[in-house]
Amino acid sequence: MKFPVFPPEASEVARHTDHLLFALLTISAITMVVVFGPMIYFLFKYRRGNKADRTPVELPEMKIEITWTVIPTIVFVGLFAWGARVYWRIERPPADAMEINVVGKQWMWKIEHPEGNREIDELHVPVGRNIKLTLASQDVIHSFFLPAFRVKQDVVPGRYTTLWFRADKIGTYHLFCSEYCGTHHSAMTGSVIVMPPEAYEQWLKQGAPGPSMAQEGEKLFREYGCSGCHVNSTIVHAPPLNGLFGRTVPLQTGKFVTADEAYLRDSILIPSKDIVAGYTNDMPSFQGHVSEEDLLKLIAYIRSLSDTTPQQEGAEAK
Amino acid sequence: MNTAMPIESPEPLREERVPKNYITESRTLKSWLFTTDHKRIGILYLFSILFYFIIAAIAAALMRMELITPAGDMVTSETYNKLFTIHGTLMVWFFLIPSIPAVLGNFVLPMMLGARDVAFPKLNLLSWYLFNAGGLLAVYAVTFGGVDTGWTFYTPYSSTFSNSHVVEMAAGVFVAGFGTILTGLNFIITTHKLRAPGMRWFRMPLFVWSLYSTSVIMILATPVLAMTLALMSIERIWGVGIFDPRLGGDPILFQHLFWFYSHPAVYIMILPGMGVMSELVTCFSRKPIFGYHFVAFASVAIAIMGFLVWGHHMFTSGQSIYAGLVFSFLSYMVAVPSAIKVFNWTMTLYRGSISFATPMLYALGFMGLFTIGGLTGLYLAAVGFDVHVQDTYFIVAHFHYIMVGGMVTAFMGGLHYWWPKITGRMYPEKLGQLAALIMYLGFNLTFFPQFILGYLGMPRRYHAYAPEFQIYNVMSSAGASILGVGYLLPLLYFLWSLKYGKKAPANPWKATGLEWQTPSPPPKHNFVETPVVTGPPYQYSAEAAEAEFTANEKGEAYG
Repeated sequence: MKFPVFPPEASEVARHTDHLLFALLTISAITMVVVFGPMIYFLFKYRRGNKADRTPVELPEMKIEITWTVIPTIVFVGLFAWGARVYWRIERPPADAMEINVVGKQWMWKIEHPEGNREIDELHVPVGRNIKLTLASQDVIHSFFLPAFRVKQDVVPGRYTTLWFRADKIGTYHLFCSEYCGTHHSAMTGSVIVMPPEAYEQWLKQGAPGPSMAQEGEKLFREYGCSGCHVNSTIVHAPPLNGLFGRTVPLQTGKFVTADEAYLRDSILIPSKDIVAGYTNDMPSFQGHVSEEDLLKLIAYIRSLSDTTPQQEGAEAK
Repeated sequence: MNTAMPIESPEPLREERVPKNYITESRTLKSWLFTTDHKRIGILYLFSILFYFIIAAIAAALMRMELITPAGDMVTSETYNKLFTIHGTLMVWFFLIPSIPAVLGNFVLPMMLGARDVAFPKLNLLSWYLFNAGGLLAVYAVTFGGVDTGWTFYTPYSSTFSNSHVVEMAAGVFVAGFGTILTGLNFIITTHKLRAPGMRWFRMPLFVWSLYSTSVIMILATPVLAMTLALMSIERIWGVGIFDPRLGGDPILFQHLFWFYSHPAVYIMILPGMGVMSELVTCFSRKPIFGYHFVAFASVAIAIMGFLVWGHHMFTSGQSIYAGLVFSFLSYMVAVPSAIKVFNWTMTLYRGSISFATPMLYALGFMGLFTIGGLTGLYLAAVGFDVHVQDTYFIVAHFHYIMVGGMVTAFMGGLHYWWPKITGRMYPEKLGQLAALIMYLGFNLTFFPQFILGYLGMPRRYHAYAPEFQIYNVMSSAGASILGVGYLLPLLYFLWSLKYGKKAPANPWKATGLEWQTPSPPPKHNFVETPVVTGPPYQYSAEAAEAEFTANEKGEAYG
């Protein structure tokens, strides 16, 4: 009979989380000794019928109260700072991360690699690389949970969330949906397969991908009629998309936004939300017409029109 | 007389002057259903919450049976999801929230203040009817069709995708909420207006302080829940886009609103327990409470700060990083007053004369379990740590340590403590101690393994799970059956005691509260003479208790 206590520790973040756990356990142990030590002593010594000095004493109440208010407060602030540091690391993906898209739907995970490989309920990644997942949901809220990496992110319909990790141990680990999402919630599981980089390259090729996500996006770009206005149109005045991704875009309202995934998504689904300075609100909404997967492909295509996308850098490096 | 009584009775109470008590006053069913007596309403609540508790406990038992094996082979996923929804909704809204406030609070609050009743007795009865109207609606929803959203009703699952009786359940909670609001209102006004002569604010028992703080939360938070559930139902029925992004809504908004209520509600479910603790620890160690003002203000501080930490339920929801940091910090701050309380109770034991009667065993159980629950709260407030354990069994274990280990333990302690006052009978002491011990062991065996399960990564609300989680699930299910025995035992001996229990004197614990200065059970209007308070509460003397104990070797007077 096995009594596992720790899940596999397969990333740097996992080690940070475990260290925080040890710190918390130590503080708990000290607290238990400090609280239960005297308590058990008092219970034993002052149990009724036991001889002991019970004459009431005037204790310096104010001093005692301040002591046991201030000391925990200091410890708590320390714990807060430690927890915040780990969180900061978890929440901010490094700039050079390799990007993979994930769409959650009742009750499966659809994963799409930029190269065009697709998989369901399995995520193949190379060891030692920073991986950034862009998460979208087609229906309800899900949560992408990788216990071996100690990371988790809710997948919320109507917006993109991101999660990053760097696996440093080869192996197969659990993937769970951890936000209740309906009848087969507990079947919405899968695995992350961490492979040596060469094996990952091999796997990518063997998957015999058809077109890459960006290429598929280009096809959709024509099918949905985006190209009619956004490519050299003389009739409709629409903002050009070349080199758009990652740039700062001036809006009609005088504000500026960065053209990231969330901005592109909103511009496709709710065009009237952020109108680019110098343009009019002519574009129809594609809300309800474009699936989450197609959206991600369209965005991949628009990204590919920009020179600075990390995936192209990655491609050159190979 | 070894304890200084804080009241002056012009003449001793004589039995023949109060021949009838609140129970014998009238024996018809009608006299109970239309009663405006706070004591009878407390009893009505006791029976009602027992009813909902039994349904919710059966649901839990079925879940624990299912979880003995990794495969989901006993019930279908659909049934399992309905079971945890029954368990969560009924336990939270129809057992825990009314448990101490509506049962024990209703019964003793007016007596503790020296009042004849609450400020609005008819409103008090209306609260009970609203509570049960809501409760029966909820029971209807779970029996005819079921609800599968979990007690949290997260959108857009609840408002768009679920094919179950979501609106009926929400309506039940909505209606019952008005009962809660009216109870809170009644308690606040009673505390302000109906205190006996000499009962200054800082002479009030700490149970009153905690009920007062709880009532403030009830009045301020419950309407937010009502609005949130109404908005969710509007979206579900008429398709008005509020939370569903496909209709232009925001699903995270629902979580903000829900937790803006539900986090303070956590304190509705623990503050009254802390109040009971202060009564028990002082009485059974024969010591005035250490740091009265600090314990009283800690309740108020918890009530206020409890409104500022809701975002810690949403660390992984996609809310901004900065929001996560702020909520993490505030969550640590709200832990300070809870810690202060535990330290003060411990210090109260110093130089006491400690008896291990059943209520005290529960009080000590509370200290152990609540401390573990509170400490693991520090883990969850560390935002980086929470990312890993959010929505896992770690959370389940943590809040059961607070809700069951804390609140239910305190409720059992309080029920044993005031049982002689309520019924006029003593419960069997040895059995009481045994049950308290069984409950403590069963509870720990049930929920401690769940901390490990959570850290290993087992998500909550899982019908089937990975095989390596089995051993801890088996331990947990075994513990649950022991815990079940621990709950069944008091149910049986309490019923037994109604007929065969030893007759209780007015003050079996020689306690100082005003509720003990009137016969057991009390007459309809509580006091024959309005008591006059002349000193602070908890004027116990450990030395006197020891002297009496030595004189009377059996020490029966203290149980």
